[in-house]
Amino acid sequence: MALNDKTIFDKIWDAHIVHTIPSGPSILYIDRHYIHEVTSPQAFEGLKKRGVSVFRPGRTFAVADHNVPTRHRHLSLSDESGREQIEMLGENCQRHGIKLFSLDHPQNGIVHVTGPELGITLPGMTVVCGDSHTSTHGALGSIAFGIGTSEVEMVLASQALLQHKPRQMRINVEGELQEGVTAKDLMLHIISTVSTECAAGYFVEYTGPGISKLTMDSRMTVCNMSIEMGARGGLVAPDNVTFDYVKGKEYAPSGEDWDRALDRWEKLPTDAGAFFDRELSFDARKVEPMITYGTNPAMAVETGGMIPEIDRMEPALRAAHDKALRYMGFSPGEKVKGKKVDYVFLGSCTNGRIEDLRAFASLVKGRKKAEGVTVWIVPGSMQVRRQACDEGVAKILEDAGFEMRYPGCSACLAMNEDKIPRGKYAVATSNRNFEGRQGPGARTMLAGPLTAAAAAITGKITDPRELQQNQL
Amino acid sequence: MPIEKFTTLISTCVPLYAENVDTDQIIPARFLRSVSRLGFGEKLFYDWRYDRQGNHRKDFVMNDYRFKGEVLVAGKNFGCGSSREHAAWAIIDYGFRVVVSSSFADIFRNNALNNGLLTIELPERFLERLFNIIKSAPSTEVKVDLPRQLFEVLGGGLVEEFEIPPYKKKCLLKGYDDIDYLVSHSWLIEKWEKQNNKL
Repeated sequence: MALNDKTIFDKIWDAHIVHTIPSGPSILYIDRHYIHEVTSPQAFEGLKKRGVSVFRPGRTFAVADHNVPTRHRHLSLSDESGREQIEMLGENCQRHGIKLFSLDHPQNGIVHVTGPELGITLPGMTVVCGDSHTSTHGALGSIAFGIGTSEVEMVLASQALLQHKPRQMRINVEGELQEGVTAKDLMLHIISTVSTECAAGYFVEYTGPGISKLTMDSRMTVCNMSIEMGARGGLVAPDNVTFDYVKGKEYAPSGEDWDRALDRWEKLPTDAGAFFDRELSFDARKVEPMITYGTNPAMAVETGGMIPEIDRMEPALRAAHDKALRYMGFSPGEKVKGKKVDYVFLGSCTNGRIEDLRAFASLVKGRKKAEGVTVWIVPGSMQVRRQACDEGVAKILEDAGFEMRYPGCSACLAMNEDKIPRGKYAVATSNRNFEGRQGPGARTMLAGPLTAAAAAITGKITDPRELQQNQL
Repeated sequence: MPIEKFTTLISTCVPLYAENVDTDQIIPARFLRSVSRLGFGEKLFYDWRYDRQGNHRKDFVMNDYRFKGEVLVAGKNFGCGSSREHAAWAIIDYGFRVVVSSSFADIFRNNALNNGLLTIELPERFLERLFNIIKSAPSTEVKVDLPRQLFEVLGGGLVEEFEIPPYKKKCLLKGYDDIDYLVSHSWLIEKWEKQNNKL
């Protein structure tokens, strides 16, 4: 281990420290700040009370996404309080000169889909947003993490945060994912192995061929799910996959600026002898299609697996499993495969990108939606929606009996009208299966886009590879 | 804008014997449509506190008349999930001033401290004993001593030191606020921006 060797996290962090309070936190400069309608109104109200204006309005970007409708968008929101939040976001952005991707903007979408696809998030940046899944942006090779509303106010007021440097963890993934297995399956596999709190206090760097062979969309899924194991954030060092993705994007540098940026970005990856507080290793080849059976993302098994027996668990874990299984209406020792599914949700900042829609379409092509299953396909952004139409993905979906909606967070957190009814089972490509997350009493089973497609076609939990084989 | 100062507190506890309590349980997303910081207390733990008809669930600890107080005691990884600060606002609005657990999710901890809600991390074995004591004697009082960083179960001699970053401790003791600090240092941030080509 060489003393001067640094991780990518160290390099970005150190380059953004304005000042360190003796034996205290540091002032960390923030390059990109995203805001949305739900966690920003109280921050603007705070600024007003203090008589402070937005310090660097050009570094904040606003998107309406959390409580927006995914159908009939030309009508005004039926819910008055939701409408008030969206209107207030518009007013606050206008007053302070902040760029807004409003509901009717051609680039509207979920903040964590829109930011990267426009090149607003770039390698080497510090990125924050009042949303825990800000970790998604780490896939670009940036330090990105979720913050609370008081911290949103701090960034608006000073373009900085007071932060203690977190510990660092490296998760190395050997091998490559098998056909029919996705980045989401990899993350459910990892989280179910390490628990939902294993990475608390850590920032994670993902490395190894199991990561570098992934596309940018998949890397975003990986970094997105970091928070579900408690991590402050997760990132992947930028490489040619990253540079190819970023180049030519609306907000990305071009010409000589591009060359200069590339010079800087190529120096970002972790040095060979850099120190990590903790290192974990996984084998991508061993990952199978995964699905959750309980009420946190660590309660996951292979689609061919069984809900665990709880007799031998530690008392607290047994109590948690007992409560979760009662909520889900499942019993220990049952097979998950073949379980009836009422709803399928494809979307969210975890799996709402074009690659996810393509994966879903690849499996449903030439087939028909199962009777009795309600399916919501919610693209992550207007751009993803347009791309799905242009590429013919939308046509495949339509032919198979599915409707593609308009972008938004939708049934991931059910702030809009996309709520799973009480007691119903939903296979969801989103990130959280907490009690009531998709609506009071809703029973969520998290999975990747292929497993979601298999459920949509068969009406039950199915290993997507069985359908892929039949397709050949 | 100063936060409420915190020095010492003596109170009974509300024991929430559950691990991985996520912010969707603390305050369900459907209640996040407000544009104010106030009034979330009545929605705190809504789906655990109330049944479908809006009646109190008898089996939930906050509805048990024996357990009252300004200290919430909960299992490990408290506050995981969403970054919604509404979770901290709801806990404060309900009347809690301290949350005790063996571990907290990072964003929740920051949100709590930024609002003057003290989070105290105690070893798992201590927490287990604390749960047992409160369960068998709900009127047991605890003393939270921030200056000395001590958590004490009164009458039983059980006491444990807790960690808090010195800066945050000072903020809570004096009622200081990070935003005021940052705004007062905007000159330094601007100077740094110029030196680092950020303007």
